[in-house]
Amino acid sequence: MSLYTMKQIIEAAEEKGVKISTVAMEMESKESGLSIDEIKKRMTRYYDIMKNAVSHGINQVIPSVSGLTGGEGFRLWQEKDKGLSGETILKASSRAMAVSNVNASMGRVVAAPTAGSCGIIPGVLMTIGERLGKSEEEIVDALITTAVVGKVIAQNATVAGSEGGCQAECGAASAMAAAAAVELSGGTPSQAGHAAAIAIKGVMGLICDPVAGLVEVPCIKRNSFGAAQAILAADMAMSGIESIIPVDEVIKAMGDVGHAMPEELKETAMGGIAASETAKKLEKKLLKKDKIHESTFKENLE
Amino acid sequence: MNLFDIIGPVMIGPSSSHTAGAARLGKLARNIFGEEFYKADITLYNSFSKTAKGHGTDKAIVAGILGMEADDENLKNAFELIKKSSIEVNFDFQDSNRELHPNTAMIKLYEKEKSMSITGCSLGGGRVMIQDIDGFKTEFTGEFNTIISIQRDKPGIVAYVASYLAQENINIAQMKLSRKSKGDTALMIIETDEIPPKSLKTDLEKHEGIYKIVLSTI
Repeated sequence: MSLYTMKQIIEAAEEKGVKISTVAMEMESKESGLSIDEIKKRMTRYYDIMKNAVSHGINQVIPSVSGLTGGEGFRLWQEKDKGLSGETILKASSRAMAVSNVNASMGRVVAAPTAGSCGIIPGVLMTIGERLGKSEEEIVDALITTAVVGKVIAQNATVAGSEGGCQAECGAASAMAAAAAVELSGGTPSQAGHAAAIAIKGVMGLICDPVAGLVEVPCIKRNSFGAAQAILAADMAMSGIESIIPVDEVIKAMGDVGHAMPEELKETAMGGIAASETAKKLEKKLLKKDKIHESTFKENLE
Repeated sequence: MNLFDIIGPVMIGPSSSHTAGAARLGKLARNIFGEEFYKADITLYNSFSKTAKGHGTDKAIVAGILGMEADDENLKNAFELIKKSSIEVNFDFQDSNRELHPNTAMIKLYEKEKSMSITGCSLGGGRVMIQDIDGFKTEFTGEFNTIISIQRDKPGIVAYVASYLAQENINIAQMKLSRKSKGDTALMIIETDEIPPKSLKTDLEKHEGIYKIVLSTI
């Protein structure tokens, strides 16, 4: 049986007294024909790729292809012991940016749920798993929980920036990570649902305004906020704070807000900071650089 | 939709549509052409053209026509690699064309005696759609095993191909026919659940009404 809402998934998990990831794997196995073992193996491989991207990005400054960004994850990582935000938030946030840096440099990442938001889930899972001393198997289970929360969001709203703005990409990733962080903390499926709802509400209405159309500014820093917010949302849910509006209604509202957003604010680079004076100057400069690049490329081929 | 559509694909950044999708389009064009080629003319439109360099769209397409998948770490070295091969590549960065999808690429591949032009667009999440082959309108994603038949528009050919597939116990998932005009050349796209046998090409090309069969498997 396919479950389409968080309510259905949470109820199924609580009836059986299992984690959301257990319900998700059973459902996936029935729908795709893959065995539970195959699903776990593939997710483990994906988690390995995520960890590689993290370590690549926090240990060095990796410039992006455009040259606009680079080293954000590396820099914040140096602050992890002394920064005001505290070690857990700083580790998760710098790891999230590290993966985003790798993405912007044409490195290998796992879209989660998109490439633009690919840092949030690795940043949160790795950091919370480490903090709580969780086994890799438990972290991979949590990754499966992120996937099913993302599936519900994709089916009932959207996870594409071009359809719903950044709230649909980094917002969804943050909600997915928040639910997984609750699961790792030993919270109930229902608390995981509240954490997801709280995370989405925190970024409701966030637009997608990439400078020069590139997945760099402000995307890399928004990955960092998405990770920090996921942890705070998980803490709120663990403390017993509930989302007054049920998670499925919050997801639907996010989708509706996305559809109501003007096109200028949905990945077209025509609004928000992408339309700022400096962004336009940068865009022009990058285009000029491209022309030079193009002729060099042709000369190289001859 | 499965869980790996949400966590996944594994890809080379920075963009699932502008990088992973572009590599996929290149790879599909290579498969559809199905032969060695000495030259590729690549035209990018709209957003694909405007943000190509920052997203590595051009490199990704070149990687694809070299046969790389979207998660190949060599993707960023595609220009160096094609330089070492004997394949000539030309890029054309086109301005806005409102009739086309925002992320559209036309890839024309050449061998000694013929060429083929393949146009497709990137839909997001690494998924793509081939929309035009040599002027024939079509729609397929390459997510299935795909048989492409260039054939005469006349009665019996569809039945001939379908009965061949039935004999081989291959189930048709989707099928689409298009033609330029009645009785002229037609293009048939058949997506199948099972992988068709390698002998499919020679077997089907025996029919006098079938000019060319291309098989792209997943």
